[in-house]
Amino acid sequence: MPEVSMVVNGQNVSGSCEGRTLLVEFLRENLGLTGTHVGCDTSQCGACVVHVNGKAVKACTELAAACDGSKVTTIEGVANGSLHPMQEAFRQHHGLQCGFCTPGMIMAAIDMVNTHGKKLSEDTIRHELEGNICRCTGYHNIVKAIKAGAKKM
Amino acid sequence: MYDFNYHRPKDIKQAVKILRDSEDGVPMSGGMTLVPTMKQRLAAPSDVVDIAAAAGSGIKASTSKVTIKAGTTHATVASHPGIQKHCPSLAALAGMIGDPHVRNKGTIGGSIANNDPAADYPSACLALAAKIVTNKRTIDADKFFKGLFETALRDNEIITEVEFACPKRGAYAKFPNPASRYAMVGVYVADHGRKGIRVAVTGATDSAHRNKAMEKALTEDFAPGALDSVKVKSDDMNDDIHASADYRAHLVTVMAKRAVAASG
Repeated sequence: MPEVSMVVNGQNVSGSCEGRTLLVEFLRENLGLTGTHVGCDTSQCGACVVHVNGKAVKACTELAAACDGSKVTTIEGVANGSLHPMQEAFRQHHGLQCGFCTPGMIMAAIDMVNTHGKKLSEDTIRHELEGNICRCTGYHNIVKAIKAGAKKM
Repeated sequence: MYDFNYHRPKDIKQAVKILRDSEDGVPMSGGMTLVPTMKQRLAAPSDVVDIAAAAGSGIKASTSKVTIKAGTTHATVASHPGIQKHCPSLAALAGMIGDPHVRNKGTIGGSIANNDPAADYPSACLALAAKIVTNKRTIDADKFFKGLFETALRDNEIITEVEFACPKRGAYAKFPNPASRYAMVGVYVADHGRKGIRVAVTGATDSAHRNKAMEKALTEDFAPGALDSVKVKSDDMNDDIHASADYRAHLVTVMAKRAVAASG
């Protein structure tokens, strides 16, 4: 069994996993970080988005062993005392209904700002959300929340 | 997904050795196709050899050509200033693959080696007269794509870089499947001046291919209307729940016209 060590939300963690263990399984089952969700499990819905070495990826399609030596940030790691500006914006703008897709939406939104800057047009946001699905169809408020959250980041 | 032995070799030489010694090993780059395929149990390799780091990431872009190391992600290609300047149609194509998270992981070498019939990069290779460099030799794109998920790659042969010729003008037009973002049909038109015009079609048949009749028509007149005279047969088009063969044949002409119009 491969031994993996990584830095998750600023803390060194290590453990053994199988070759086939997915990053999302390692986070949820080994580390108990259940904020990262498994939605479709086919890399389409984006509920499992986390950051690996600063880039948003789908943790359901990433092998835990491949993340050995990486820095991983999950939804649990974005708040610092108070809510992250993007989390706060989702709260303010009612950017969620059931909340299942929200961790992935927020991790995708933070990556969007890191890549495209703080001034995001509605077009850019909608285009960049291609890989995140909300089944409550709350996109309208999600887009508003990301636009507002981006400005405050 | 069945279990396997995971390896992360330092270089391609070591990767080849591990593949040779394994019972049924496969190389993995970004894993954006391989991992879902293993999850569906359509693939059950004994060993997965992660070559993303060994293949390396890097881009060289000049007015005449763009060279991309095999481990370079789609996001890196899409946002590279040199490619955006010298070969904007290629940067645009990379930016249309999958979604942002997939583009952060998926690599050019993996996409080309996999040769999915609906992948985007094979059309770029054909339209931009690519040279596909492996650990053993250099293969012209025209001789590389052999059929459904089939390429000229031999056992333990690994793509190390891809060299594209920058066209004088060109564009890639894609009709994406609304769920998967794979191309239902994608057409890449590239005008290489005295080296000729190339039209490459993906998503339509079992493998990306060139449409020589369209190339001839556009050589005479580089305008969308020139394609009205070219009949696209539906005989060997893919026919599935997403689109019928006739619909795909129709889309080939529409996408080709859009690509010509966008070429400027």
